[in-house]
Amino acid sequence: MFFYAKREKFEFDSKWWTLKEGVNAGASSMGMFDRVKAGFDSLKAGLARTHNAIMGSVESAFTGESREELLERLEESLIRSDVGVKASSEIVDHMRTKLVGKDMEKLRECLRDEISGILQAVERPLVVDRSPFVIMVLGVNGVGKTTTIGKLAHRCQSTGKSVLLAAGDTFRAAAIEQLEGWGKRVGCPVIRQAQGGDPGAVVFDAMNAAVSRRADVVIIDTAGRLHTKVNLMEELKKVKRVISRELPGAPHESILVLDAGTGQNAINQARLFNEAVEVTGIALTKLDGTAKGGIIIPIARELKIPIRFIGVGEGIDDLRDFDAKDFAEALI
Amino acid sequence: MLESLSEKFRKILRDVRGQGSLSESNIQEALKEVRLALLEADVNFTVVKDFVAAVKEKAMGKEVLESLSPGQQFTKIVHDELTDLLGGTDSGLELKGRPSVIMLVGLQGSGKTTTAAKLALLLKSKGRNPYIVPADLFRLAAVLQLKKLAAEVNVDCFDSENMKTPADVCREALRVAGIKGYDTLLVDTAGRLHVDSSLMQELQSLKEILKPAEILFVADSMTGQDAVNTAKGFNESVGITGVVLTKFDGDARGGAALSMRMTTGKPIKFIGTGEKVDCLEVFHPARLAGRILDMGDVLTLIEKAQATFDEKQAKELEKKIRKDAFTLEDFKDQLQQIKKLGSLESILSMVPGFSALKQAKDIKIDEKEITRVEAIINSMTRKEKQDVLCLNASRRQRIAKGSGTKVQDVNKLINQYQDMRKMMKKMKSAGPRGLRGMFPGRMR
Ligand SMILES: Nc1nc2c(ncn2[C@@H]2O[C@H](COP(=O)(O)OP(=O)(O)OP(=O)(O)O)[C@@H](O)[C@H]2O)c(=O)[nH]1
Ligand SMILES: Nc1nc2c(ncn2[C@@H]2O[C@H](COP(=O)(O)OP(=O)(O)OP(=O)(O)O)[C@@H](O)[C@H]2O)c(=O)[nH]1
Ligand SMILES: [Mg+2]
Ligand SMILES: [Mg+2]
Repeated sequence: MFFYAKREKFEFDSKWWTLKEGVNAGASSMGMFDRVKAGFDSLKAGLARTHNAIMGSVESAFTGESREELLERLEESLIRSDVGVKASSEIVDHMRTKLVGKDMEKLRECLRDEISGILQAVERPLVVDRSPFVIMVLGVNGVGKTTTIGKLAHRCQSTGKSVLLAAGDTFRAAAIEQLEGWGKRVGCPVIRQAQGGDPGAVVFDAMNAAVSRRADVVIIDTAGRLHTKVNLMEELKKVKRVISRELPGAPHESILVLDAGTGQNAINQARLFNEAVEVTGIALTKLDGTAKGGIIIPIARELKIPIRFIGVGEGIDDLRDFDAKDFAEALI
Repeated sequence: MLESLSEKFRKILRDVRGQGSLSESNIQEALKEVRLALLEADVNFTVVKDFVAAVKEKAMGKEVLESLSPGQQFTKIVHDELTDLLGGTDSGLELKGRPSVIMLVGLQGSGKTTTAAKLALLLKSKGRNPYIVPADLFRLAAVLQLKKLAAEVNVDCFDSENMKTPADVCREALRVAGIKGYDTLLVDTAGRLHVDSSLMQELQSLKEILKPAEILFVADSMTGQDAVNTAKGFNESVGITGVVLTKFDGDARGGAALSMRMTTGKPIKFIGTGEKVDCLEVFHPARLAGRILDMGDVLTLIEKAQATFDEKQAKELEKKIRKDAFTLEDFKDQLQQIKKLGSLESILSMVPGFSALKQAKDIKIDEKEITRVEAIINSMTRKEKQDVLCLNASRRQRIAKGSGTKVQDVNKLINQYQDMRKMMKKMKSAGPRGLRGMFPGRMR
């Protein structure tokens, strides 16, 4: 019966699905199964693109190049996926030492293992182990915080948990209404105040509402901010302090949202957000494009922050648990 | 990068002087540093390769000039080449047609909607009569977002609320513009992936309706290697006329700009330097070149300083210093001048090597410091501002209370002020040359 319930949710959501697909002939008549399938297909297609880009250069290389040349190409492929020069050369160097006596065909497998090894250390899905469980969502501008919150709220609700959203972005125009829109889609309440208000006050209200309404999960949206802006990072710390004060032990999770398209700057983002509020999880969005998101590899190596989710689209169901093996496979 | 690139070049090429000219062998190592710097700045791998080859060709056989060190000379070659490739000369908007239409396109979350409002504000200040058109009917509250921004910049906004498709919006907005006499349309579109063919097709059909003078690809300056694919994708399916580089107020080095420029051949026209509607600047290639190479952006700093610190004020101040009559009030004025330059952070980020230093030493900049100092000075009486010597303990306590600070803060400020006066005295004895260095407005 679980399946049936899910189907109803889908039908409920179909209005907004069709809006964007309007230009796509016949899309609005797509049945639910097609849509689910289309979702998976787009993920697969996305991952395949990533895969081909790299393997194109690697496989062609199996035709008689020396091992050194091949390793160089592998390093190049990693750099092209935003893994960064330093991490890429270290990973390949490490492989080099293990390669003695191995034949060329093993190379690809070897690199995949290497990367999957690095990422497995941070493959830890989010476990909601108490109620209320408070999640704060942070990141630079436009990475997908609000959308990820919508998807996550939907996921929590469909596992039977009651969700409360807090419109902590009081700065950006219509950020509150955007979150309210998600609240409507998901079917959960949104605590808000007026635009331009104090995010601390919103969070204060939300914490109290969470207790009085017995919400299982509270997800707090915050305004996008560049990690270099000291005053805005101070504001974030304050928001966190208000949460902890109102509900000792909270927030139980602080998710940093990173855009897979981001280059080396994501490392600084992760470092500075982590210093300011202690990031406990990462969500990597927009993996449905051609961006590879390789930047999480140096981040995983340096900061060891668990990677919770990946975003693979703008729809309500386009959130997946991070899977190190799949990710590595898609990358190499 | 702990060392600035130019410093590295200096070391690597130290010994070239004796050899008379730059050669393949003596620049090899310096080229490696160029490659590394560009990759770290997110310039695409292929683009880096081409660039390094071009620099090599330019540099080889160059005689080492007497006036420059080999390091400086190489720095100049790299910087000039990069500046050239980034666009050579600045290019503005080309607003043909009436009304002339500017379409904003790009990936999700890149800054299209914000940029639409920023451009409207800019165009209005140039005497045009812009009209904002929200054609993103997909993302939640996207129309409302732009409506609010339009109200903020005081520009009329087309009412898209009841429209069914973006095409309807565009047709209807054109009709209204014709009646009401708007001369420039700023059309915001929904974010989309370049690989989403149906949505790219939608853009093409909007383009057919609007016949835009400009199609600006709005891109995030933090973008990584994928910038070549996205820029190419948008350019090939809709034909962009230029790029707007957003979120430039952070610490991203912005190498994606070079990637986009090289793959599309289209100019970068503007940079977004903040979330607020007035944070849009015309693009200057030389400045970005300095930033990509982490050589600082001294030019911007100098220009900004010149714009804010006017000549007359500088003269007056100089006079005061000569007479040793520099009061706390003047000190406050100075701080306000600095504040006008932008945030301390943004000023310092233009200083060569600062970003490296900041990372290495973990420097935090306290923007509140200036505000605190201002508050303290504001809480002083006229007499106190003129003559700090009268500031006894009880006065200091009162000032601290009045400004909501601690006595230690007041003490610190007074010490700083006195140090500054001492320094000024020294400068004075060093003659006019010594003074000049102190005021950015006097630099030239
Ligand atoms: N293709 C794709 N688009 C996404 C994904 N996640 C979010 N987006 C889109 O990215 C854009 C920005 O998302 P938001 O959720 O508004 O981002 P935000 O971080 O809340 O932005 P600010 O609050 O303005 O800082 C929207 O157009 C989203 O639909 C994803 O996984 N894939
Ligand atoms: N710091 C900074 N933030 C910016 C700049 N330009 C835009 N932003 C922020 O980036 C986020 C996304 O901007 P939007 O204008 O909504 O982006 P968009 O491309 O319209 O997004 P979608 O419509 O969802 O695809 C918002 O939080 C903006 O405030 C900039 O130059 N600097
Ligand atoms: Mg948001
Ligand atoms: Mg938008």
